[in-house]
Amino acid sequence: MSQDINITIIDREGVSHEVEAPTDMAMNLMEVVRSYELAPEGTIGVCGGMAMCASCQCYVLSEHELPEMQDEEEAMLAEAFYVKDSSRLGCQIQMTQELEGLKVELAPES
Amino acid sequence: MIKTDILIIGAGPTGLFTVFEAGLLKLKCHLIDALPQPGGQCSEIYPKKPIYDIPAYPEILAGDLTEKLLEQGKQFEPGFTLGERAETIEKLEDGSFIVTTNKGTKHHAPVVAIAGGLGSFEPRKPLIHNIANFEDKGVEYMIKDPEVYRNKRVVIAGGGDSALDWSIFLSDVASEVTLIHRRNEFRGALDSVEKVQELKNKGKINLITPAEVVGILGDDHVAGVVVTKADHIPTEFEIECDHFIPLFGLSPKLGPIADWGLEIEKNAIKVDNSLDYQTNIPGIFAIGDVNTYPGKLKLILCGFHEATLMCQAAYQIINPGKRYVLKYTTVSGIDGFDGTRKEAPKAVVKSID
Repeated sequence: MSQDINITIIDREGVSHEVEAPTDMAMNLMEVVRSYELAPEGTIGVCGGMAMCASCQCYVLSEHELPEMQDEEEAMLAEAFYVKDSSRLGCQIQMTQELEGLKVELAPES
Repeated sequence: MIKTDILIIGAGPTGLFTVFEAGLLKLKCHLIDALPQPGGQCSEIYPKKPIYDIPAYPEILAGDLTEKLLEQGKQFEPGFTLGERAETIEKLEDGSFIVTTNKGTKHHAPVVAIAGGLGSFEPRKPLIHNIANFEDKGVEYMIKDPEVYRNKRVVIAGGGDSALDWSIFLSDVASEVTLIHRRNEFRGALDSVEKVQELKNKGKINLITPAEVVGILGDDHVAGVVVTKADHIPTEFEIECDHFIPLFGLSPKLGPIADWGLEIEKNAIKVDNSLDYQTNIPGIFAIGDVNTYPGKLKLILCGFHEATLMCQAAYQIINPGKRYVLKYTTVSGIDGFDGTRKEAPKAVVKSID
């Protein structure tokens, strides 16, 4: 069975990217965005993935059931900008087989 | 004026390990950090999180790592300026530097090592077009002196502990407190949320949710704010006030260091990694997460390596022309600046009669 899933990431310029994300490397969505360089370095994952900065905020456009928000993520999104009902922090979304076909859009830099 | 050999900006793991490596070379260090205690992110943000990639520690809590680094460098008697942010730097004719903090503390050193990690944590500013015009003119991102708000009308924005706690506190100081939050739910300590509810019921706090401040009114001082309330039919209205305090948490920023004339790339300081992690300004080095170079990895263990090489270069600047031979601590031991000496016990050779 393939360890990779296909996901769609719309960057901050509105360009859609279909990318393969490994599910066997403990990667989260923010790290996938960084590995494909879909956002300038220094503008995403600033805190290293500790739900401390909201630089990896994204809007979930597909109907996937995502892992439940933990307190840190919810607290961060309560204070972040450009937040919508569909907002999540990319660093808190681990790549798993269940996320095949996931579609997200990166929130504006703030 | 505080004088030292290497002035380290940032007291995180990389800065703390620099103390030890510099000490081996008989160089004294002084550290500046905006946080009130050493340890950087490790002690401030995730002291109880385990770290798994520190050599020889299969697992160590970030707070414990800080303690061990402090212990390791203790005999080299580092100085600390804590709770102050390095604000300005001045290069003297002899090539040395004077670094002044936001509280005016001056430090003089021939070498400056920036080990600032993610930078300093600064208040996150709301996206209000004219907010900059009112900073320190009624807009404050943090409360330093609550007495400023006595008998004033205050609007606080935010949904975390800070917004709740200050709303509670200022309800006894200000003439009027309005708390505005984008959501109906608050993400704070339960007792704080309940207290705000109680004060709202008593009429001591005016609570407006879900709503946002979208504009500030006034000429040369805040006179009011413009609020949009997200009801079924969104409404926009004005609230008269003397102070607007947005409390949206902190965000890591390079801070004043960004204005020191250093070459910045990707929100980090560019260094020469082929040699010694020196910046474009001779005598100023950048080590740890704050720097960037081809192949850079933001790992604590890489910061330790960078600190070690940087100290060798610092030694040459401080002791020009002086020869230094790399020593192994196993062989030479460690002579602390406090008079202590650590060394392996000597083998005793005795003849047998």
